[in-house]
Amino acid sequence: MAVPTYAGPLERIWYYTFRVLCGLIFFFLIAPILIMVPLSFNVEPYFTYTREMLMLNPEGYSLRWYQDLFTSESWLTSIKNSMIIGVSSTIVATFLGTLAALGLSRSEMPFKGLFMGLLISPMIVPLIISAAGMFFFYSSIGLANTMPGVILAHAALGTPFVVITVTATLVGFDHSLTRASASLGAGAGRTFFKIQMPLILPGVISGALFAFITSFDEIVIVLFVAGVEQRTIPREMWSGIREQISPTILAVASILVAFSILLLTTVELLRRRSERLRGMSPG
Amino acid sequence: MTQIDGTPNGSDNDHKVNGQMVTVDGTPLKASLKRAERKRTLIAFLLVAPLLTYLLISFIFPIGQMMWRSVDNPQLVSVLPKTLEALQDWDGEGIPDEPVFEALAQELTVASANRTIGRVAVRLNYEISAARGALMRTSRSAEDMEPPYKEAFLDAHRLWNETEFYRIIKREGRPLTASYYVAAFDGTYNEDGEIVMQDENRRIYIDLFIRTFSMSLGITLLTLLLGFPISFLMASLPMRKANLLMIFVLLPFWTSLLVRTTSWIVLLQQQGVINELLIFLGVIGEDGRLGMIYNMTGTIIAMTHILLPFMVLPLYSVMKTIPPSYVRAAKSLGATPWTAFWRIYVPQTLPGIGAGAVLVFIISIGYYITPALVGGQSGQMISNLIAYHMQTSLNWGLAAALGSVLLISVLILYWVYNRLVGADSLKLG
Amino acid sequence: MPKNSAFSLVFSVAQSDQAVSPGFKTKEELPMKQPMLRKLGVSSAISLLAVTAVHAEDPIDLTIVSWGGAYTESQVRAYHDPYTAVKDHITIINDDGSANALAGLRAQSMAGNVTWDLVDMLPSDAQLACDEGIIMPIDHDEMLAPAPDGTPASEDFLPGSLGECFIPQILYSTVITYNTEMFPANNQPDSVEDFFNLEDFPGRRALQDRPAGSLEWALLADGVATEDIYDVLATEEGVDRAFAKLDTIKDNLIFWTEGAQSPQLLADKEVAFSTGYNGRIFNAAQVEGQPFDIIWDGQIVEWDGWVVPYGANQEEVLEYVYWATDTQRLADQAKYISYGPARASSAPLVGEHADLGIDMNPHMPSNPANYQSPIVLDNDFWTDYGDELRERFANWMLRG
Repeated sequence: MAVPTYAGPLERIWYYTFRVLCGLIFFFLIAPILIMVPLSFNVEPYFTYTREMLMLNPEGYSLRWYQDLFTSESWLTSIKNSMIIGVSSTIVATFLGTLAALGLSRSEMPFKGLFMGLLISPMIVPLIISAAGMFFFYSSIGLANTMPGVILAHAALGTPFVVITVTATLVGFDHSLTRASASLGAGAGRTFFKIQMPLILPGVISGALFAFITSFDEIVIVLFVAGVEQRTIPREMWSGIREQISPTILAVASILVAFSILLLTTVELLRRRSERLRGMSPG
Repeated sequence: MTQIDGTPNGSDNDHKVNGQMVTVDGTPLKASLKRAERKRTLIAFLLVAPLLTYLLISFIFPIGQMMWRSVDNPQLVSVLPKTLEALQDWDGEGIPDEPVFEALAQELTVASANRTIGRVAVRLNYEISAARGALMRTSRSAEDMEPPYKEAFLDAHRLWNETEFYRIIKREGRPLTASYYVAAFDGTYNEDGEIVMQDENRRIYIDLFIRTFSMSLGITLLTLLLGFPISFLMASLPMRKANLLMIFVLLPFWTSLLVRTTSWIVLLQQQGVINELLIFLGVIGEDGRLGMIYNMTGTIIAMTHILLPFMVLPLYSVMKTIPPSYVRAAKSLGATPWTAFWRIYVPQTLPGIGAGAVLVFIISIGYYITPALVGGQSGQMISNLIAYHMQTSLNWGLAAALGSVLLISVLILYWVYNRLVGADSLKLG
Repeated sequence: MPKNSAFSLVFSVAQSDQAVSPGFKTKEELPMKQPMLRKLGVSSAISLLAVTAVHAEDPIDLTIVSWGGAYTESQVRAYHDPYTAVKDHITIINDDGSANALAGLRAQSMAGNVTWDLVDMLPSDAQLACDEGIIMPIDHDEMLAPAPDGTPASEDFLPGSLGECFIPQILYSTVITYNTEMFPANNQPDSVEDFFNLEDFPGRRALQDRPAGSLEWALLADGVATEDIYDVLATEEGVDRAFAKLDTIKDNLIFWTEGAQSPQLLADKEVAFSTGYNGRIFNAAQVEGQPFDIIWDGQIVEWDGWVVPYGANQEEVLEYVYWATDTQRLADQAKYISYGPARASSAPLVGEHADLGIDMNPHMPSNPANYQSPIVLDNDFWTDYGDELRERFANWMLRG
């Protein structure tokens, strides 16, 4: 959208103002996330840039908060818990979600709208309500304050993402392909793995990543359903923020930012691959 | 489907018997097709069933069970059945007669011994202050009471002298109650048992619902205001550049909610980056540090930032599909750039605006974490009150009633969203 | 492997006999085991013990719920660490869920799945839980250690501290504190009135998000005498008066929820004044060297202590409680945090801070110099009027 040569001076001014405005909005989006990364290397326990830091003096920087993080038992436990809960709930959610998506995208599926609505309800219902409901239910069956309880709760929250991403890869799927495969003598299993699997795989993986990040970032359910032995990273951050924001939290936050960049890249690559496979974008 | 096609010997797969199409094994084709259809439907359903069962048990049932708490009222019915029966004959005026007190003395003695009185006391205390004290103290001495019980009770605690107390016992002596919903809408019961509004200084929930809705609306407008220009810019740039800019939207989207909330605290607090910067620039003095956090301002800023990607993503995907030729045509026909934009371009973005706005609004009204961490008091929303009643005041019935109201509002909005864009068009990433 | 563990078990049983005041079951078991040891050959004794003792000494996790932060830290150092050092089959898991203890207890008992073994809570909540039958009634003389001079527990604990299901540990107080750097040196606040005086002492104030304490202070600052506070507060006009006083500083108030927040708010200079638990303030001022000063005038004192839910490890918990609430242990806790021990016999044993070496007595709420005009929190009043006042207070806070 370059300025057309015939644009008048007013249009030119507007054009540049608009660009500056957009620049500010992008700055608003990204700056808060990046601003604390350098602060996590602050040698002082303050949340502002010290003179040394601004002058890029190496003495103003240190790794002490990262050291704190990796020597603190409670943080390490929370990292371990987050991983166990995240991975296990992702496996459950991905398995159930993929099956359901395969069913939902079949043209014979009755009451599609109703089922779709029910299956993605965990994404729609406000978390506080899910958490309150699960608090009573999981307490009554003895799963509150246990690892399986948190995993099952998070799996439920993660399934809608898998259902949605996998269904999306099957949009426009030509069902005559499976029929062709069957008519050529392939069994149902073989047909699935050879025809559908490659096509839905990017969707399954990005759904799984969504399910993982949902669990990894989830805090409300953890506050209500998890006990002290199932503390996750967000739960540690929550008490940290409520009680005392130490720069250790900034160190954790910075690592999480790096982690989200990694996830973002993966999902983006997968999305492009999926579009290419389905011939929806010119590679 | 195997019956219909692909028969290996393939010579005669369109036999006719009595004028009907049949398959190789002689079943009529219609029936066979129907059976195949049923089988496929069954397979489709069986694929969905595991997840559906899982969600019904672990998600939908628990929420239903929680909502049930908003009307469930078992405490008095289970502990004081005889008293309630005796109260049936009371006309609601003055103090009930001796049989009520006799039953009460008997049942309080039992309830005190097996420690079931505590739950009744707590339940009644939601309705009238000091009910807990009255019941606990009376129940401890109930064993030693002698007839006439009525006098013993009237001496035991001042509440037994108040007609209202008996009215409440009678009203709450039913297995289902409406009183949690009455309280959730700032209502109360008057002397005649009619529902009326609370005193001015005790009303809170309606205000809070209004606050939650107006804050959500404000946040939705802000995200639209900020999201529209950048979506427009990205949609008008070549793919490669747009994808690059998209990172600015997607990185926050993928970053932990708590990380983003933390960074806003770091930025906005009194000793934070923005205040320090303003002082350094001489805009404000050391005493003039701005209180930008632990209030509504903080909540709105942080939530706008957190929810902006949810506005940009649908908006951008709609704008991408708008052909630039319309606007160009309008301009060539003499429209000013503004008219062309406003009359031609904006109407075509409406589906995107609608989808983004409803999405942001739905997410905002159920928000809990950010208001809890940066909201102070003025930035609290309805979810925070639900959490308060769940964890601190322990009035679970009221929490359930407030939760049900919130849930129903969200479901209605979701229905609107669905009508607007269709659920399957929810796009991620 | 079985041989090894049997040895260590014999060792730990013998050791615990000396170091720990025996609890209930062990009291009867130990004398039985020792003669048996002598009678039987050593190897058979070991195998026999391995059978009986492995059962008694299975690794046990005790989940102890407390308030977190410096307070849990003091319990860990004074009680948990010394205890697990001699009872090596016991692992103590610290849960800082005390702020929501009653909710947790109700939910767990409703579910019939109590995962908490011991809970630190306030006496008013303990009474509620007790009335609902979800925690254990305590026979104080039976279940708690007597004073070293033989005075039974019920007489050794300070008057008014014991509850039906409640085992007091400490006397703590909520005090008004200020950051000395926020006011000029010649104009430092020194009374509850000053907290409400915006003219002479400008700046934001932080108040706990509960009415208990806040309303008492408002009335005190409004000229009500300490001994009349609860009589006034029991009337509608009295409550209105307290809220009217609070309204005068409402625009400058923010509210804290958790104990660790108040020193943090003060240290960050988010506020000039904050109410706070005296132990946390002590920690910030003395250990971290923050420039805080406490206004002891009108301190609000309250008990805090243990309750025992009907959990899975009652025997072990009661044994732990017997030990952790004896005279020496309560005095030990005062080495780490400035809360007054709940036993009369512990008072003379209070000495210096474990790390700083400063005398703890001047920092105790119960020290005569600090105990000039305390407000003793009236738990009966708050159980009766609490629900209504909490609701009104919550409404008042939320009104922008």
